[in-house]
Amino acid sequence: MPGLEDLYREIILDHYRSPRNRGTLETPPAHMAKGHNPLCGDEIQVYLIVGDGYVEDVKISGQGCSISQSSASMMSAAVKGKTVHEARRMIDAFRSMMSVHERAVAGNRIDHEEPDDYSDVKLGDLDALRGVVKFPVRIKCATLSWNTLTQALEEATA
Amino acid sequence: MSLDVARLKKDFPVLEREIDGKPLVYLDSANSSQKPQQVIDAMSRFMETSYGPVSRSAYQLAANATELFEGARQKVQRFINASKLEEVVFTKNATEALNTVIQSWGRANLHDGDAVVLTQMEHHANIVPWHILSAEKHLELRWVPLTDDGQLDLTHLDQLLDGAKAFSVTAMSNVLGTLTPIRLLTDAARAAGAISIVDGCQFVPHNVTDVQAMGADFFAFSSHKMCGPSGIGVLWGREQLLEAMPPFMGGGNMISDVRLDGFDVAELPAKFEAGTPPITEAIGLGAAIDYLDEVGMDNVRRHEMDIAGYTITMLKERFGDDITIYGPDNVEVRGATISFAFRGIHPHDISQVLDQTNVCVRAGHHCAKPLMRILDTPATTRASFYLYNDESDADALANALDGASDIFNF
Ligand SMILES: Cc1ncc(COP(=O)(O)O)c(C=O)c1O
Repeated sequence: MPGLEDLYREIILDHYRSPRNRGTLETPPAHMAKGHNPLCGDEIQVYLIVGDGYVEDVKISGQGCSISQSSASMMSAAVKGKTVHEARRMIDAFRSMMSVHERAVAGNRIDHEEPDDYSDVKLGDLDALRGVVKFPVRIKCATLSWNTLTQALEEATA
Repeated sequence: MSLDVARLKKDFPVLEREIDGKPLVYLDSANSSQKPQQVIDAMSRFMETSYGPVSRSAYQLAANATELFEGARQKVQRFINASKLEEVVFTKNATEALNTVIQSWGRANLHDGDAVVLTQMEHHANIVPWHILSAEKHLELRWVPLTDDGQLDLTHLDQLLDGAKAFSVTAMSNVLGTLTPIRLLTDAARAAGAISIVDGCQFVPHNVTDVQAMGADFFAFSSHKMCGPSGIGVLWGREQLLEAMPPFMGGGNMISDVRLDGFDVAELPAKFEAGTPPITEAIGLGAAIDYLDEVGMDNVRRHEMDIAGYTITMLKERFGDDITIYGPDNVEVRGATISFAFRGIHPHDISQVLDQTNVCVRAGHHCAKPLMRILDTPATTRASFYLYNDESDADALANALDGASDIFNF
């Protein structure tokens, strides 16, 4: 069994303890998307303001486990101030980091495809979540906020 | 302790298993129980020596398999003290049993705007089928509220039941462990002219069950929570009610005649057993009943009162205000299914840490989201004990919780 130190890295606990960009934004002008994990009941709201092709502001509310909360916190810090294009690539890069294992577990044929190259995307702190793939049940916790951000971006740029 | 747990543990091969050199501490029996060798053997032996289709063929092998299958039905009848064999219907699980009653009895007997009473501690299996029927029948669903310590608040029961057509209630909460005063509830329902449907899924594995003494009209449970295999459950219902109900699913076995322009239904219980039944699983359920009979359900209940009392007291002494145990403290009105919150640590994280020492608990909403909203939490951690658990398992749980404190010490 992989050790807990692979999962509960100090930086993850730090984001869990002191989440960044926590709160809400007024809608409109902000767009809000809701995500939830039906398995454990965790819920998250992502508030987003996009202007001139940039993620101007992002706030996170909701509740969940250390992995879903820290992932959301790191995500908010990572995409704030980025262009929409950069944010989208970051989402793809993060998903790729998480889903390698997820797809292998599901026995999905996507496995055989050439993986996209995200070496240009700097994940920074988010790299600490890499260990989550060793705990397949927790992948959904880590990706919850990212799926919700995708939804919010879609609405904000529609 | 009223049970020789050390000896019983040996009957369950999986409990001998070690993961990473550490023993398994299985505290998730409210979710699904482990299986004793006696059940495993009975199913293997049946498939090795006696397997055949039931109720369909004349040859000896099939006739013999049918006899064994019907023998399992008799064991169920005796185990729950049903007055008639025909009242025991095999289903896939408790969920299918509840859906059968709600769809079949409900469709035939409920009308637009009729009231049905449920409680706030029901499992989704006793909520969602009512919502589904309600989309058609526009039912008025009324909910018995809970007291602060997780029992049914019966202050306004008579008003809630006034004019209601059915009372659908759990005999034991899968989250809080609460045992409900079933006889009192079915009496109140009868007095109000409502039928009572009892979800016995958590009750049957842990208590002496007597459906007649309970005064229920329908009763549902699953084999997999009572040492039997998954894939089979039971619906018990009073004969006149079952007789008057239309079939739920159609297909083979549930008919006496089929023509191009229609069909006639079979007698009970076949009428509600469309298609090939879970044959080997019925043999397994029969063996599980033999096993539980030998241990004695009154002994199981006494043991679980002991272990619930021990665990609750021990956890409170050890963790004080850091732990909140949901549901009643009094073991007279609860089983050994114990949900708790611990130091504000998310249940997902707790179960992850507990898994390091192979302590298996469930973290989540336990298919009782309305109850979670009332407890004002998205999830709880639930440790559920059974006849093969003892104080050492409770102590392992507490020690593992210390591990969670170490990681999330803020
Ligand atoms: C109280 C209660 N009712 C119904 C069910 C549904 O049982 P099954 O999933 O076996 O159909 C459960 C199972 O968790 C339960 O605890």
